[in-house]
This record gives sequence, structure tokens and C-alpha cells, in this order.
Amino acid sequence: MKASVREGFSGDSAGGSSVASAVGDAGAIRAKRATGRMRVVGKRRLRLSSRSSSQSCAKRHADLVILALAVFVVAAATVSLMLGRYPISLDQAAGMVASKFVDIPQSWTKQQEAMFFNVRMPRILLALMVGCCLAAAGAAFQGIFQNPLVSPDILGASQGAAFGAAVAILLGVSSFLVSASAFVFSIVAVALVLLVSSRAHGNRILVVVLAGVMVSSLFSAGVSFAKLVADPQDQLPSITYWLMGSLAGTKLDITLAIVAIPMALGLVILFVLRWKINVLTMGDEEAQTMGVDASRIRLLVILGATLVTASSVAVSGMIGWVGLVVPHWCRMIVGADYRKLMPASMLMGAGFLLVVDNVSRLAFTAEIPIGILTAFIGAPFFCYLITRKKRGRD
Amino acid sequence: MSISIKHVSFSYGKREVLHDVSAEIDDGMLVSVLGPNGVGKSTLFRCILGLATDYTGTIEVNGKDVRKLSVAERAREIAYIPQTHSSVYDYEVVDVVLMSTGAELGPLRTPGEAELARAEEALRRVGIERLSHRTYTQISGGEQQLVLIARALAQDARTIIMDEPTSALDYGNTARVLMCIQQLARQGYSIVQSTHQPDQAFLYADKTLVLDGGRVFAFGEPKDVVTSQTVSAIYGVDVDMQSLYGDKVRVCVPVQAINQI
Repeated sequence: MKASVREGFSGDSAGGSSVASAVGDAGAIRAKRATGRMRVVGKRRLRLSSRSSSQSCAKRHADLVILALAVFVVAAATVSLMLGRYPISLDQAAGMVASKFVDIPQSWTKQQEAMFFNVRMPRILLALMVGCCLAAAGAAFQGIFQNPLVSPDILGASQGAAFGAAVAILLGVSSFLVSASAFVFSIVAVALVLLVSSRAHGNRILVVVLAGVMVSSLFSAGVSFAKLVADPQDQLPSITYWLMGSLAGTKLDITLAIVAIPMALGLVILFVLRWKINVLTMGDEEAQTMGVDASRIRLLVILGATLVTASSVAVSGMIGWVGLVVPHWCRMIVGADYRKLMPASMLMGAGFLLVVDNVSRLAFTAEIPIGILTAFIGAPFFCYLITRKKRGRD
Repeated sequence: MSISIKHVSFSYGKREVLHDVSAEIDDGMLVSVLGPNGVGKSTLFRCILGLATDYTGTIEVNGKDVRKLSVAERAREIAYIPQTHSSVYDYEVVDVVLMSTGAELGPLRTPGEAELARAEEALRRVGIERLSHRTYTQISGGEQQLVLIARALAQDARTIIMDEPTSALDYGNTARVLMCIQQLARQGYSIVQSTHQPDQAFLYADKTLVLDGGRVFAFGEPKDVVTSQTVSAIYGVDVDMQSLYGDKVRVCVPVQAINQI
């Protein structure tokens, strides 16, 4: 109640400022002051009526937050492009991008250009993509499993990918094939979970989650076995390093381009179905009686979330916490409605992972794998979120 | 004919829950379903709602076989109001009501202005528009039940099924919710609700269906059906039934309780 009153105030003050600016306009035409005032009054009445009939204060607040997040992501990406051991100024960065399209005088060195396009830009892009994907998948799973403690790896996508990567590293194949193998095994793990759960009896949601736990532990046993038989000189460290999760060494190459396809596809699915996820949080039978085919929608959401999780894990390794923390955080800011929560989570995830990756590459001389940092930052932050007073509680 | 149930039998494995149940429910009628725990009231509702489909016999809602309708088509004919429950997430009340308005929307769409108007109209009809921007998990149980009723109204289905709508409510909320339901029936909705209170099954009903052991024990006018014999028989408790206000109200009391006074 308190919060809605507060939002009411902020909404009013926003209305007040627009009225003030309208008054300013009217003031410019002093001769027509009276008509100006009438226009202002008319405007205010219009605002009031449109407010009562359409969106609530909370919804407009959510829209503003989403807009602010979008601005933040763009700003953070721009700043990140300039940060690093080889500083690049804003005009240099702009010039380098522009020089790809038009001919302009070069104000930067060859090294700077190579650094900018081959190292920094792809890495920032990937941080944004992976963060967006993991947060979207986490939000979607938390909705369809009606459980706020669920994260994107609930159906074994991460352990499957880890196993695929470990096997590929054992076979000594190229990094592209390691990613491909991780992606394929990630999908296989989730498919296995769905197969097992479709054969099992009982509560659908419980059965799917249980099958996820089983398949995860199966694949993690596989990873342990792969580590056991790996060559301790080179294979074991690279498996271990892969498992930590890292965005270092991203190149603007075919892997990045290929992985963008399933990511985009999955994100579109999750975005389009965001309102149906609302209905699914009420439970299958209720959703069914409201005209939403619960099992089909859940399957589609699982498909979308698995595509984005598998692609993220395949290129970045295991990055935990983003998919759990970010949707929670967003829910506290924009509310539970997935029409707002899904886009907010996507943007917040992208921004969050970018910031954490910046810390990982800039804060220490030797880079810390981002998977470790997300846990270092994510776990305490999560504790803060759940212990803090909830928005709107009386 | 709003709901037509013909020779419906249903089994969980070998245990038969419903046996040859038949009943015809007219348009605009408020029907109370009375019966002890586990006699198949919920199962019958699940069959009517199309949630359980492997029964024998047929169920038609507004002249359409529920098993032959798609999920979305079924939602247009019949709405369901569950017992008060909390939601995992803190939705605004209007968002909860909005959830039922999407049956006709294509798979790619989310509710827009028209659906929002329907949700707000439903809240107004139940008399709780003041709650529309409150958080669903923070309002009282009675208010939550009214929100779920508004949600069913926003669905625009003519037939509504309610599973013990007042079982978790206090006395005042029970009265408010039941009066609201009665008004809706007067406005032309066909409503079937289950209850454990014989008094309610008499007062708030045009017809009363009594189930016992998966069979129809009695079905008809409340004054014929809600009697001390019926209630004593199905609940296994000796009761005395008193008629008040010219038989507009019947009060049911266990005989043992009277004798101890």
C-alpha cells in the first residue's frame, strides 16, 4: 500500500512537471494566456482519464525501468569498449566504427584497431548476449516451474554441456568443436529429461524437475570421469578452466555468428510467450480452464530456454547465478508480470554480466574467470535481496 | 441446456469414482453439489471442465461435447473458480483477472486495451474495482475469492464451475461471496458449486445435486432434496433440520449436539 502511494506521488510529480512545461509553453505566448491555461487543464483531465482507463502507476513505472535499463545497457557497452589495458577514447572508437562504412582520417594505431575489433568488441557482445540469455531462461523457468529458486540449469543443460565439452577436450578437437559438442550434449541432456518425465507418473512439474536432477548428476559423474582419465598436463587444466566459465578469448568469428542464431530464436520464443508464462504460474489445471494449453506452452518455453542456455554455456562455460539472481532482482523492481519482467530480465542480465565481465578483465592483473566472479558477487547480492524488506509490504 | 451429463462413469485405475452419473442443468441455474469428502465431486468437476477425459458417457456444455473442444474453445464455454489459493508471485489483482482473457488471443499476442477493459468491467461487477492495483497475495482470503470470481467473469463463459468457493472463508466473507454468486446466477450465468454446508446447499441453490459413493443420490429442488433424511444418510450423522422464515431457510444441526445440551 505504502509503495503504491509512493508511486502515486511520483506519477503525480511527473504529471506536474509536464503541466509545468505546458505552462511554460503557454507563458511564451503571453497574449493567449487564458487559452493556454485552458489547454493545460484539458491536458490534465486527459491524463487523468487515460490513467484510470489504461495502465496503472506500477505498469508505467515498469516501462520507465525497462527504458532506463536499455539506456544503461547501451551506455555500459559504449563505456566498456573504451576501458581496458589499451585505452581507446570515445572519438577513436567512433572513428573506428565509422571507418568501416566511410573513409575518414585515421587517429588510432593498428594495434588499437586490432584490439578493438578482434578482442574487445566480440567479448562485450558475447557478455551482453550470454547475460541476456541466462537471465531470460532463468526468468522463464522460474515461471513455468512456479518456483523462484529455479535457475537455467534445472533441466541439466549445464551439466550436459560440461560433459560434451569435457569429451571434446579429451578428443583434442578444435575449440569450435568443443563448443559444438557442448551445445549438442546440452540439448541431449534436456531431451533426456523430457523423455524420462513423459514416461513418469505423478505431478508433471515435480517429475520434470526430478528428472532434471537425475540427468544432471548422471552427466556430472561423466564429467568427473573425464577429468579422471584426462591428461593432467594439458587436458585436465583446460577442462577445469572451461568449467569455471569465461568470456576471455572470444573472437569475432564463425562461432559467435553461429551461436547467435539459436540465441535469437530462443529469445524470440521466450519474449513472445511471456504473457502465457503468467498464466502458467497459476498451475496447469487452472491455466487449462482459462484456455491456455499448459503442457504445450511449457514445452515451447522449455525449448526456448534450452536453446539460449545451451548456446550460452557452449561458448562461455558454466556461468552461474545470473539466471537466478537477475530475475529476482527485476521482479522486485518491475513486479511479477512477465510482460514487463521478461524484457527487464533480458536487459538487466545483459548489463549485469557486462559489468561483472569488466570487473573480471580489468580489476586484477591476472584475469579471474567470470563464473567465479558471478558467484562471488551473485551470492552475497542474493542474500541482500532476500533479506531486504519487500517492496509494497505493509 | 447449460450442462448435460449423461451416464458418466470414471475410474482411477480399478477404483470407480463416478458411477453412471446423469444430470441436466438449465441455463441461468445455480446448482449446489452436496456430498461427503471423496464421493467424486471434484472428479465430476474435472470431467465437466475437460481436465479428465477418460470417462465413459458424454458431457455437453452449452450443447457441445467437452471432449471434442480444444482448450481455447472450452474456455469460451466454461470457466472454473478454484478454492482460494495464494500465488507464488506477487501479481497485481488486475493482472490475475487478465489471465482469463487470453483464450481467444492468438499464440503470439498479449492482452491489450480490449482485454484490460474486460478485466476492469469484471472487477466492477464483483464490486472490487478498488482492489485492482493491490497485490493479490496481500489481500484477504475473501477478497482473493472475489478476484477469482471476477477472473471467471472476465473469461466471458456462460457456465461457471466452483469447487467449494467458501471453504476457507470466514462467516462474513462466506455470505458476501455466496450472495455475489447468487446475483450472477440471476444475471443469466449457470453456476455449479460444491459445498459442505447443507444450509448453503438449500439457501443458495435453484437445484441441489447430492452425490454419494460416486452415484447421484438425489437431484432436484432444494426443498425436496435437502432434508434431514438425505443429510443423515450421506454424512452418517443423525441430523435435525429446522425450517425458518416460511421455509426460505433450513438449518441443520446434529441431533447428538442437541441432546447434550
